Amino acid sequence: MTEALLSIRNLSAAYGMAEVLFGVSLDARRGEVVALMGRNGAGKTTTLKAIIGMVEASAEALSFAGEDIRRLPSYRIARLGLGYVPEERRIFTDLTVQENLEVGRRPARDGRKAWTLEKLYAIFPNLAEMEGRRASAMSGGEQQMLTIARTLMGNPDMVLLDEPSEGLAPVIVEQMAEAVIAMKATGIAVLLCEQNLHFAAAVSDRAYVIEKGAIRFSGTMAELEANDEVREAYLTV
Amino acid sequence: MDLSFIIIQSLSGLASASSLFIIASGLTIVFGVTRIVNFAHGSLYMLGAYLAVTIVPLLLDVDRSLPMFLLGVLISALIVGVFGALMEIILLRRIYHVPELFQLLATFGVVLIVQDLVIKIWGAVEIPGPRAPSLRHGVFIMDQRFPAYELFLIAAGIVVLAVLWLLMQKTRFGVLIRAATQDREMVAALGVNQAWLFTGTLFLGAFLAGLGGALQIPRVAINTQMDISIITEVFVVTVIGGMGSVPGAFIAALIIGQLQAFGILIFPKITLVLVFLLMAVVLVVKPWGLFGKSDAAAGRAILPEGILSLKRFGTVDNIVAGLAIAVLLALPVFGDNYMVKVGIEVLVLALAAFSLHFLIGVGGIVSFGHAAYFGLGAYAAGLLVTKGGLSMEPSILLAPIIAGAFAALFGYFVVRLSGIYLAMLTLAFAQIVYAVCFQWVEFTGGDNGVVGVWPSSWASSRQVYFCVVLAFTLSAIIALRHAIYAPFGYALRAARDSATRADAIGIDVRRIRWFAFTLSGAAAGLAGGLYSFSKGSIDPTMISIPMSVDFLVMVLLGGIQTVIGPLVGAAAFHSIKDFFMPLTDFWRMFLGASIILMVLVFPRGISGAAASLTDRFKPAPKPAVAPS
Repeated sequence: MTEALLSIRNLSAAYGMAEVLFGVSLDARRGEVVALMGRNGAGKTTTLKAIIGMVEASAEALSFAGEDIRRLPSYRIARLGLGYVPEERRIFTDLTVQENLEVGRRPARDGRKAWTLEKLYAIFPNLAEMEGRRASAMSGGEQQMLTIARTLMGNPDMVLLDEPSEGLAPVIVEQMAEAVIAMKATGIAVLLCEQNLHFAAAVSDRAYVIEKGAIRFSGTMAELEANDEVREAYLTV
Repeated sequence: MDLSFIIIQSLSGLASASSLFIIASGLTIVFGVTRIVNFAHGSLYMLGAYLAVTIVPLLLDVDRSLPMFLLGVLISALIVGVFGALMEIILLRRIYHVPELFQLLATFGVVLIVQDLVIKIWGAVEIPGPRAPSLRHGVFIMDQRFPAYELFLIAAGIVVLAVLWLLMQKTRFGVLIRAATQDREMVAALGVNQAWLFTGTLFLGAFLAGLGGALQIPRVAINTQMDISIITEVFVVTVIGGMGSVPGAFIAALIIGQLQAFGILIFPKITLVLVFLLMAVVLVVKPWGLFGKSDAAAGRAILPEGILSLKRFGTVDNIVAGLAIAVLLALPVFGDNYMVKVGIEVLVLALAAFSLHFLIGVGGIVSFGHAAYFGLGAYAAGLLVTKGGLSMEPSILLAPIIAGAFAALFGYFVVRLSGIYLAMLTLAFAQIVYAVCFQWVEFTGGDNGVVGVWPSSWASSRQVYFCVVLAFTLSAIIALRHAIYAPFGYALRAARDSATRADAIGIDVRRIRWFAFTLSGAAAGLAGGLYSFSKGSIDPTMISIPMSVDFLVMVLLGGIQTVIGPLVGAAAFHSIKDFFMPLTDFWRMFLGASIILMVLVFPRGISGAAASLTDRFKPAPKPAVAPS
């Protein structure tokens, strides 16, 4: 399938008077892992929030799975099969691990196989051991796993993944990379916001580079890795 | 006091605790999910009771049995649940994103509407309810007779607790409610339709309120004041327990139930005071209640934006102010007696509203009980004249001092809190004052108040007294305005906008807030003192919640972002009230609907609307250029 699953044309967004995005355009196809790279404040998180409907935004076109999602509330967008994993994780700390997963549960669309607790625990074995524990008693890495697992419980076709490697120990980052690869293996597309080039390169097919609210580069991951100029201008700190 | 007596007494405390818990659990669940403190929860309770006294007797006519009684109670509660769901769909859904002060006011609008509806449908007289079949007898516990129905109520509370626990822990709906209590936006991003979740929550909350009300019918005669009396108690329970916490509500209800049961033996007159004192103590020790979380209330603006830019009076403003004063001075000369009377009332209310706005718009302190200080001033002046044998002059001067002293006392606790808890505590203090004035019949005349509060003979004509009032109110307003423009006012606004940052640059936030609270209370007290002499009497309505709400409405009607707004608001509000109230039996309904409309359509008030109108005709402001 070559037609885009997620398609964005000229997306602009602002927080009150402060404009953040100036006409971002990008596409992602089914089953593809696309990295959206850029420094802090470049507009990565805002792009994701605008897609899921958490930030007021305007766009020439913003569609998911063939549906115009510009005016839809978040829950309708989520129900179309677009999952969102926020950077701050936003797990429900008063709830147990299992209850957190329950909040995310939605039936699978088109008769495909649904994610089950067992399948998720296979990817995130740590979670299985702490099913009944309150989420507030988990480490940062465990919370990151939980927030991804919670989104997968909604059986999405695509996941917007915001900086999953941020602030985590290298061994956990490796687990995150494996999780992304496992998601891709089941046919889930991923739009991955990242600053960590190694992490992005390990899992992504293509990449966009964003700076000051506009896309500055797009190409395959290999092209980005080969392009020193772009990397130095927009990615290295 | 022997053992059996103590046991009986604590059992009856348990029975009231049980009723309180059933009602309070509904309020706290609704607050947890929607973040709205639903003032109309007491109205839902009252509706439940009225529906039950209508429905239960019909069913008992069919078959005089306990199941029929319970069926009637359940049907009533379900109808109230549907009413709550409709309220969510029609009103609450539109106000989730407005500041908490507006939410409180809008739901209070529903209180007013329901009051008039109930009077229209059921009349204003008390209705005794049917007793519950098979539970009419007494049970002997250690040789003391105890009503079986009270035991049944205790059991009902436990059943409700168990069912709620199962619902919250074991069902998807419960898990979603708990998740939404923490982070609504994230729940939506996971594909949950919040609209239904919120409607469902309101249904549940209203059902519990209705159930609590319906269960009361064998115990008390149903009356139209049930809503306000229960809502203050239920607020206390949820605040002490921690807003949003069901277990907290349970523990708090137990404590309050026992406090009332034994307090009535020791201080029969001031049980209400005891309850509010407990709340004040709990909030000072644990500002978020016993089981509450700070993050639940923080991060949300209780306030609409207050006064942002202070403009000094320009030529036009000076002319307008001069003209206004000239008109006021001309009023006693050219106006008739009625106009002078209305003029006095407007001036007094304008000062009260201005002093409240000083707290809200400048200090960011949302007082939901400003009538307390107005009333304290009125009672101080009135009692000094009638019981203290003083003349008018010293009484008027002492009124603000006494009201200010109480404001200092209460304010000491109030300024330690913020957000909705602060508003609740001001409400609690106001209710303490109200309860004392209402219950201390020998001294305050109770419900009837005291008459014979007349000015000295030289000021006995309305025209002269008008000039007295004008002199006092104008000086007080100018003094307060001066305080707004003084460094003190700037510091107060800094503390309003960011308490932590103000603290970091060396402003003693608590202290200046405390001072502002005292000052504002004193000004309201002066207004109250002047008011009592104009009416010739004092009575508890001057301290009641509706009076506090009237002041808030004046402030909001005038516009919260302007300094002069509350004066305009007081004049507009009082004129409208004076004109319409005699014309209609449905003043409360009209007022309630107007409040709701104002919150939905004109949140910035008259002055705010006027300001945006003038902005529209002004040329667009030039972009600011930074000094080089």
